[in-house]
Amino acid sequence: MAATEIARQAGEGARAVPLAGHVGFDSMPDQLVNKSVNHGFCFNILCVGETGLGKSTLMDTLFNTKFEGEPTQHNQPGVQLKSNTYELQESNVRLKLTVVNTVGFGDQINKEDSYKSIVEFIDTQFEAYLQEELKIKRTLHSYHDTRIHACLYFIAPTGHSLKSLDLVTMKKLDSKVNIIPIIAKSDAISKSELTKFKIKITSELVSNGVQIYQFPTDDETVAEINSTMNGHLPFAVVGSTEEVKIGNKMVKARQYPWGTVQVENENHCDFVKLREMLIRVNMEDLREQTHTRHYELYRRCKLEEMGFKDTDPDCKPFSLQETYEAKRNEFMGDLQKKEEEMRQMFVQRVKEKEAELKEAEKELHEKFDRLKKLHQDEKKKLEDKKKSLDDELNGFKQKKTAAELLQSQAQQAGGSTTLKRDKERKNFF
Amino acid sequence: LQKALGDAETCRAMSEVAVPEMMMPPPAVPAACQVEKTVPGPGMGDFSYVGIDAILEQMRRKAMKQGFELNIMVVGQSGLGKSTLMNTLFKSKVSRKSVQATSQEKIPKTIHIKSVSHDIEEKGVRMKLTVIDTPGFGDQINNENCWQPIMKFINAQYEQYLQEEININRKKRIPDSRVHCCIYFIPPTGHCLRPLDVEFMRRLSKVVNIVPVIAKADTLTLEERDFFKQKIREELRANGIDVYPQKEFDEDAEDRMINDKIREMIPFAVVGSDQEYQVNGRRLLGRKTKWGTIEVENIAHCEFAYLRDLLIRTHMENIKDITSSIHYEVYRVRRLNENNTAVAHANGLPQHHMTSHEM
Repeated sequence: MAATEIARQAGEGARAVPLAGHVGFDSMPDQLVNKSVNHGFCFNILCVGETGLGKSTLMDTLFNTKFEGEPTQHNQPGVQLKSNTYELQESNVRLKLTVVNTVGFGDQINKEDSYKSIVEFIDTQFEAYLQEELKIKRTLHSYHDTRIHACLYFIAPTGHSLKSLDLVTMKKLDSKVNIIPIIAKSDAISKSELTKFKIKITSELVSNGVQIYQFPTDDETVAEINSTMNGHLPFAVVGSTEEVKIGNKMVKARQYPWGTVQVENENHCDFVKLREMLIRVNMEDLREQTHTRHYELYRRCKLEEMGFKDTDPDCKPFSLQETYEAKRNEFMGDLQKKEEEMRQMFVQRVKEKEAELKEAEKELHEKFDRLKKLHQDEKKKLEDKKKSLDDELNGFKQKKTAAELLQSQAQQAGGSTTLKRDKERKNFF
Repeated sequence: LQKALGDAETCRAMSEVAVPEMMMPPPAVPAACQVEKTVPGPGMGDFSYVGIDAILEQMRRKAMKQGFELNIMVVGQSGLGKSTLMNTLFKSKVSRKSVQATSQEKIPKTIHIKSVSHDIEEKGVRMKLTVIDTPGFGDQINNENCWQPIMKFINAQYEQYLQEEININRKKRIPDSRVHCCIYFIPPTGHCLRPLDVEFMRRLSKVVNIVPVIAKADTLTLEERDFFKQKIREELRANGIDVYPQKEFDEDAEDRMINDKIREMIPFAVVGSDQEYQVNGRRLLGRKTKWGTIEVENIAHCEFAYLRDLLIRTHMENIKDITSSIHYEVYRVRRLNENNTAVAHANGLPQHHMTSHEM
């Protein structure tokens, strides 16, 4: 085979060049797959739905195993998320599967905040990945990705329409995670009711602007099957881990007195479709959408919230981790400053009050002193007066004694002179 | 590589796909699903197929759709056959010379970095191949610091990737222009490495995967070749130069075994050619001389086939992996630590030195 000459232009951009022989880079996909096989895969599913809708049973049925756990009680005070990780292996593929269950969803009397713990959980996983990505020394290669790749939303088989709790929750989750709505315990609905139910659900989702996950139709190999399946959403599933003998085979089924619902029979329920779509056809796309759409949105919002803007092309890159820390430290600094200010003000106030009180005290003392002085003066005055009175009294007493002495002398001198004396006395007085 | 070594004898210009031995073909019948860490319940005797391994097929589909990128740099003095080797490796005119308007070759006064990209496709697998040539390297009288422009170029690619990565609004797939592999051409003197070679490889092996090759190996006899290779290996060891595949990045025992075999053979003694000649009734790539025709893809003649297999058929993914998870990360750590003491103002943040937090 001769090398063919192709007319070419001397350009900078990539030009298509034909190969003259076998080069060998068609083994690249194999090399890539090999690397992934050695590394292992991870997949994280979140099951949201009211207690008793068969979430755990469906997981068991999907992955053909019995995951641990007992059925939850209905008296949970709030919605909690319980996460379990399992290592599964099929031929040479190792899968680290994490199943997250919402415990207590829909059981409270007031369900306004039910969706919050779910949103928080999803955000926490994104945050953990973001933190790792922002680190200076990072190990993204061996990081165990806990971001939720698929959210199976379990709809109760009422046959009428979506509950408002469902609408609210799904609306809050549709920009954070790939939502795949499924009708749980669908053996409770008849076929005709089911069609109507599905149409009602789809139209309600559309009219409320809920973006559920669409199976991708851009790759020709799977476009057809994916677009067909998109029309079957939400899948009506039945889960069962018990086996019943049908014909000469053991199949997973639920046995009723009036018949047996076979899980893997496509006429009975959409379980096979769900398994096909979720695992066999679109698992990788679910992971990719989570990373390139939902995570990027979270990252963008978070960074913008923290006040970052994209740098100019000729500016040095900053370490997001460091500036994140710096921003946090700045915030703490501000907090401290405020605290300091408040403390200062408090001290100031206290000082002022103290001064005031001291003043008052001083005044009081002065007043006391004055009063005391006054009291003393008065006392002195009174004493003086008393003294003078005493003196007077003494004087008077002396006079009295002197007078009595004279009187007694006069009596001794004769009685004749008494008249005289009396007259004198009368004159004297 | 083991399979390729065995098959190289029967390699033709149109050889069949050499599937790496590690790869198992996808199961035609559903395989049993083993479950670890669980308690088997009653009636679970017959496991049925879940379909987890279908993810391999999904990955392959995605890879085919996205295509691959590969950036190879060739470094060496003029006249060592760099462009020819590239053309031989990729069996098409991918070198810089094929896009140059002028056919006359002027040795440039300084080192130029010329990068040419091509879209090539094989069996549905699309690849964007970029060949980065460095005309002028080692051609001056004074070759001091001739590695600098090359080092600068490599770091500039890392920088570009880093900038894109830390953007807030970033592209879905960051275009990868990082140099995955640098092929260093050693002139076939037969004696030992020159100081220029040692200096270059010592510096660059820290930032990029270096694959040294002995150029124009048809001037060496087999004994001279072996002697030369041994000397080179000794000198590399003595100078602490870690060429690809680096010992410290071997992942497990199996890896080490395969890579040890390669390490015993490097540097590969190669001959390049884009001319075909008739040999024994077959048309082969080769060089025709008066005393015989050297077949490029014949491992008895030269080690081109080993180089091709290493670079393209078995270790390409590994080369890219080491570039992105090790060399790039080292650059990133260094770069981000540099800016630790002087955070950029451009994004409106106040200047904040880490030491000024004591309040």
